[in-house]
Amino acid sequence: MFAKFFFISSNHTKPLPPSGGGVGERGLGEISSPSPIKGEGAARWKFAGREFFALLALLLSAPAFATPAIQHWQAPSGAEVYFVEDHGLPMLDVSVDFYAGAAFEPATQSGVAMLTNGMLNLGAGGLSEDDISRKLADIGAQPGSHFDNDRAGLTMRTLSSETERAQALDVLALMLQSPQFPDAVLAREKARQIALLKESETQPDYIAEKAYGKAVFGDHPYGRSLEAADLEKIQRADLAAFYKAHYVAKGAIVAIMGDIDRAGAEAIAQKLTAQLPAGVAPTEAPPVNTQIAASEQRIAHPAQQSHILLGAPGMARDDPDYVPLYVGNYILGGGGFVSRLMNEVRENRGLAYSVYSYFMPMQQPGGFQIGLQTRKDQADDALALVRDTLRQFIAKGPTAGELQAAKDNIIGGFPLRIDSNKEIHEYLGIIGFYKLPLTYLDDFTAKVDKVTVAQIHEAFRRHIDPDAMATVMVGAPEAKAAK
Amino acid sequence: MGLKMYARLLQFLLVAALLPAAPAIAAPDTPTSVFEKTLSNGLKVIVKEDHRAPTVVQQIWYHVGSMDETTGTTGVAHVLEHMMFKGTKNVPAGEFSRRIAAAGGRENAFTSSDYTAYFQQLHKSQLPLAMQLESDRMHNLKLSGQEFDKEIQVVMEERRMRTDDAARSIVYEQLQAVTYVAHPYRNPIIGWMSDLRALVVDDARNWYKSWYAPNNATLVIAGDVKADEVFALAQRYYGPIPARKLPARKPHDEPPQKGVKRIVVKAPAELPYLVMVYHTPSLRDAEQDWKPYALQVLAGVLDGNDSARLGKTLVREQQIANEVGADYDSIARGPSLFMLDGVPGNGKTVADLEAALRDQIALIVKNGVSEEELTRVKSQVTAGEVYKLDSMFYQAMQIGQSESVGLKHTAIPLMLKKLQAVTAQQVQDVAREFLQDDNLTVATLDPQPLTSANQHDQAGEANHVR
Repeated sequence: MFAKFFFISSNHTKPLPPSGGGVGERGLGEISSPSPIKGEGAARWKFAGREFFALLALLLSAPAFATPAIQHWQAPSGAEVYFVEDHGLPMLDVSVDFYAGAAFEPATQSGVAMLTNGMLNLGAGGLSEDDISRKLADIGAQPGSHFDNDRAGLTMRTLSSETERAQALDVLALMLQSPQFPDAVLAREKARQIALLKESETQPDYIAEKAYGKAVFGDHPYGRSLEAADLEKIQRADLAAFYKAHYVAKGAIVAIMGDIDRAGAEAIAQKLTAQLPAGVAPTEAPPVNTQIAASEQRIAHPAQQSHILLGAPGMARDDPDYVPLYVGNYILGGGGFVSRLMNEVRENRGLAYSVYSYFMPMQQPGGFQIGLQTRKDQADDALALVRDTLRQFIAKGPTAGELQAAKDNIIGGFPLRIDSNKEIHEYLGIIGFYKLPLTYLDDFTAKVDKVTVAQIHEAFRRHIDPDAMATVMVGAPEAKAAK
Repeated sequence: MGLKMYARLLQFLLVAALLPAAPAIAAPDTPTSVFEKTLSNGLKVIVKEDHRAPTVVQQIWYHVGSMDETTGTTGVAHVLEHMMFKGTKNVPAGEFSRRIAAAGGRENAFTSSDYTAYFQQLHKSQLPLAMQLESDRMHNLKLSGQEFDKEIQVVMEERRMRTDDAARSIVYEQLQAVTYVAHPYRNPIIGWMSDLRALVVDDARNWYKSWYAPNNATLVIAGDVKADEVFALAQRYYGPIPARKLPARKPHDEPPQKGVKRIVVKAPAELPYLVMVYHTPSLRDAEQDWKPYALQVLAGVLDGNDSARLGKTLVREQQIANEVGADYDSIARGPSLFMLDGVPGNGKTVADLEAALRDQIALIVKNGVSEEELTRVKSQVTAGEVYKLDSMFYQAMQIGQSESVGLKHTAIPLMLKKLQAVTAQQVQDVAREFLQDDNLTVATLDPQPLTSANQHDQAGEANHVR
């Protein structure tokens, strides 16, 4: 698509709010909109897992404002159901998720988790891929999927009127419970994925992410990138086996938001999960080694800009330092125009369009990352500035004024995070998947409000050692590029 | 009747039973609560009440974009957008963003060829603050040379990131430049690099003085507000800003194309890429025009949903393409394009893909589209109207966009009715009229290896990144 808009600020800053274009963080310059004809039909494929977990980082909350009443129960199938009843709009959002992200695939079968998830809607229960897409298009339903290192699942947005709802959920039930993984379709999709992968491997941002993942996570799946040779080997039986082992009813997370009553929601949850494979699937991703040695990679690339990433293992979703790190990161590089990194790198010196930092809280400690792009001849200066800014922040912590500004934004902006069905539905999925308390949305702003400068300072010192970080520079200045 | 035959018949009947009766889904009863008032200085204020959540969005749409730029100063519309965050007489540089952030707000701004828009999303209690800040920078911008010199560097970095280092973006930029010979759509929104280098703060000042005025803007407020209260606030904050005489706008009519045009763009990439664009009209009169609606439905039949023709035929069945798409946007101040694009499949060339896309067009020109396809596209429209109500921001956006291109916001529901009324014959007619060679520009990306693209690289160095 033509870039129709140029923004004052990029959407690179993570964590992203769950509104707008879903998980595609790369969508710079395009406003995602439910365009009447083109639909929002979520991408059929989510490529290269690590890029698509931005959503996981978004859990925040505040008590001063009304939060949705979340109902939770276990379906007879064993699935865990999270439900918010809301009749404001005649529509329904439904998702079913599993502990079936890339972290759960065997190291020898890289790509099998992604392909399994991506093929659920390409033939199921006697319906061909065309039958599936036609049946959903006929009723204006919008199918989608979740796929990241931890989580994999399907989503469906549909009108709540009976005929449409029934047809959308019938198809969703088949895709979840009787996928067929047709051989011919698999062969085609493998070829497409490999072509896309090869294209990505020419792009400086992808090359940087790949090197960053390896440097920060070593052989852990959180840092693993797809390889064409691995994709090539995957067979139908591998998908079927992965599906059977991980897409099980017990512990599946069903999130339902919208225009349906409790009885209807109970029926939906059971219908979508009763025929899932039996058994117990692992729910724990392998542990992450959080201590890494300092490293620096300079990779040549013909791009005009150097793409710079710095990072280290950060925090897990259940880290006791979650709140101080979240608030601290807002101050360091998460708070858009008002962060320290943005001020130093962009506002004061004009060195980059986009500069950010984020923690990606995963089941195990996910990455802490700082990123920017800048003209090659000033890349080393920019990198030095970023390192200084980080060092300074870790050595001294935030100021009281910065902390107050962060609290004002996070607490005052809380209502924006839950002002649509789509956002509330996404929170339901996260709360269910990470077993967060049902009061999570109510509790969080109170926790934010209590955070002190000292807590942030200490939490950062505990988690981030500026002398033990990985640095990647793709499109490094020529004289210094690696051999 | 043998068993097999019976089974086939049964299957046929089943399939037939699945065909939706037109229309597939009934248009929902969506309450519209849009209010409009024009202040005496010419600022049009439109309020969309939506009481589902205690939040509000303010968007100000200036009816000026990159198409209003002149030779040598391309990019100035977007640069000014950046400068709008750099301080006024009353609010120092950076302070706008700090105050919005402290109020719990989100903000951003964007520039297109047709308009420049600024927005904030906040708790409803903070609307006065947002209005105070936004109205202040409508007429009090400082535009210091020092801030300009830093910000122009940021914009050049933005251009490098989005265009110069992104192969397909270069394709689009080059394609636009040859598709239009007279219309300013030929210039990139972000501006040519040489123009950015030559821009000075006075260019931004002139732009601001010429175009930033209440009588060249539409203010859209959506959310948990009451229209009367919003009008009073708007009067208080924006009302005192005097109207200005605006520069004359030239028509820039694009002369008719006289034959197919082709370009090749070489850039570092792995996969080739093809884009075909045909000149088409955009929507001018929402009541009288019909061709833009038919073109929209045509794009929907080709690529509007997962079962649409292009993906089904070229990606899934024939595997000529890895990716394929069709697009048409009727909402524009200038002319529109109907676009087909795609990446060839394994072992296929851009020529194969182009031939296949032409075949798909020829099929529609010859045989038209089925009622079933038409109904499906219309179902998407109907459902999309419901889904859109879940996003206050998007509803405000649709209003601002329509007003900025000269359509009234009241045209939005009308446009929906008109889409529902499009016939198969009309779809066939617009395909025949517009999707023909004399009207076509084709661009292909010829992918280059990373090494050869960088003449400064030492030999072999880039190899290890592959």
